[in-house]
Amino acid sequence: MIQTLRENKKLQGLLLILPTLLWMFGLLIIPLILTFVTSFGGRSADGNVIYRFSLNNYLRLIGLTPEGGFDPLYLQIIWRSLTLAFQTTILVILMAYPLAYFIARAPAKRRNTLLFLVLVPLWTNFVIRIYAWIMILRTQGVLNSVIGWLVGLAGGHFQPFELYPSQSAVLIGMVYEFLPFMILPIYTSLEKIDNSLFEAAADLGANALRTFWRVTLPLSMPGVVAGTILVFVPVIGTFIVSDILGGRQVILVGNLIQRQFLDARDPAFGSAASIFLMLMTLIVTLYYTRRFGFGEEIAAA
Amino acid sequence: MAEYAVELRDISKRFPGPSGELVTAVRNVTMQIRDGEFFSMLGPSGCGKTTSLRMIAGFELPTEGEVYIHGKPMGKTPPFQRPVNTVFQNYALFPHMTIGENVAFGLQMDGVPKSEIMARVKQALEMVRLPGYEKRRARQLSGGQQQRVALARSLVKRPEVLLLDEPLGALDLKLRKDMQLELKKLQREVGITFIYVTHDQEEALTMSDRIAVMSGGVTLQVGNANEIYERPNCKFVADFIGETNFLQGKVTEQNGKAVTLALAGGLTVHAEAEQSLANGTEASVAVRPEKVNLTGHAGAANQFTGRIVSVVYIGTDTYYGVRLPGDQLLRAREQNDRPDSRPMAAEGDEVTISFSTQAARVLTE
Repeated sequence: MIQTLRENKKLQGLLLILPTLLWMFGLLIIPLILTFVTSFGGRSADGNVIYRFSLNNYLRLIGLTPEGGFDPLYLQIIWRSLTLAFQTTILVILMAYPLAYFIARAPAKRRNTLLFLVLVPLWTNFVIRIYAWIMILRTQGVLNSVIGWLVGLAGGHFQPFELYPSQSAVLIGMVYEFLPFMILPIYTSLEKIDNSLFEAAADLGANALRTFWRVTLPLSMPGVVAGTILVFVPVIGTFIVSDILGGRQVILVGNLIQRQFLDARDPAFGSAASIFLMLMTLIVTLYYTRRFGFGEEIAAA
Repeated sequence: MAEYAVELRDISKRFPGPSGELVTAVRNVTMQIRDGEFFSMLGPSGCGKTTSLRMIAGFELPTEGEVYIHGKPMGKTPPFQRPVNTVFQNYALFPHMTIGENVAFGLQMDGVPKSEIMARVKQALEMVRLPGYEKRRARQLSGGQQQRVALARSLVKRPEVLLLDEPLGALDLKLRKDMQLELKKLQREVGITFIYVTHDQEEALTMSDRIAVMSGGVTLQVGNANEIYERPNCKFVADFIGETNFLQGKVTEQNGKAVTLALAGGLTVHAEAEQSLANGTEASVAVRPEKVNLTGHAGAANQFTGRIVSVVYIGTDTYYGVRLPGDQLLRAREQNDRPDSRPMAAEGDEVTISFSTQAARVLTE
């Protein structure tokens, strides 16, 4: 038995992936199939799933009512989710890149400390940190108090921002939440760039700015791409941040799905929305990685 | 045009060391590199040669002293504004660009028109014998080819001075020898001043018009290959360049260049010295193994009887270790140039060795 295992490389491989395979099969593949099947079903009067084949759920998502009318409600939700995910990703890139650059350029000894500091917020539970933002953003919150106090010092009158609850608050919360997931991959790809490449660029006549555009940025793109996927994909599906900071006014695809299963008791429609979200994410991700590459070429060099 | 392509005037460089104290990498180095010359900085690792080169390129600024390029003091001029280009030890080709883009990079930075860039890139790649390689990627090329691309990338800018930091260090021996000759040929063709950093003495001797031998952050000797090899000015240079026997003794008499020394074991050696030495001065006599004859020459200035303690055959030559009276060891190198070369002596044989006065140099430092 042991002897067979020692000689059979294929069997070894199979044994190694077996735990994950079972886990994934039981908790990903089967549920996915169930969701897919359910998405073509309907809702009975008492909120159970009726298994039959119909495209009604999908038609409803893209705004076609059974009566033949058009209701853009769900398309608006999808559009809102997409824009918010794009906005979050872009803001996160703009904030994470300079910091990652700073850390990568810091003395080797200090880098670990700085990376550690980036991760410290993750020690506190996600939901608690998002709740904390209410304290900061609400009309009588920390942000308005501090600005009001500063404006007051200068002798002015301050009309407090009404940030919470709003879509802006959701955006702020998302950016805050996902920043570390962008910093780490960008840092990794920046840190890998051989210092002599910067020197070569300078030697050939490039000043700091042109070195950045022509050498640093292209060579760190794999990190930006990886970070974008780590941020965009979860953001487009999340419902907690919008639930808490949107005060149930900012409804995203995630919220829509959650409500179909819990409040509206229409799992069939919720399943259709889930499948739709998954396909959308897949398409955006595929397009993005095709367009900018995963950087295998650079990594191989 | 200034007299020198590059001049280092009394430059020193100190770095903060691992525990905060300052480490001196280069100490009061002064060097003049002539226009169009192939100049090498030679020395063991940590001798300050690479730091000196980086100060010319502008990657490091001297703590004291000044670097002049064609008579202009460089001060704090950043690398991208200096009329020099560097070929890096690890080539430093941009992995995200094609070979053509790599070579074009420097011209684009200078704002050269597109049509001219194309032509000059093509020409530069032809010069390093890589015609038509524009579309390839660096990682598709062998080490030697990558080195040639790095060379083309620097030369395409037509710099006044080309700095080369151990550019052949990563190549295997055969390729390195080919590239040495190629580099030398290229340098003659383009007529640019080359400043070449290496720890390989043979490489320096092969290519250079002049060599600066460095150790411990200072320049020990500057001269052409022949001067450095035949007339080393100190023990370090004699030892680092080629092989040398050192015989320890005391000066007993000096008459102009001719010096007589007494060695241990009652031997007397006749040698030459550039400096004047007081009687009784402790000194070393440096003798190259190939200048020691294993067969005594009647009339040779120095003739000693010793016993063979080792015979090492290395193909072209054979080394014989000879123990002299007073326990001094001398290595003799004899060429195996006869049709059927057999060792001239065996271990344990008693032999008479000889060498001339000119072959023996008195060194005190």
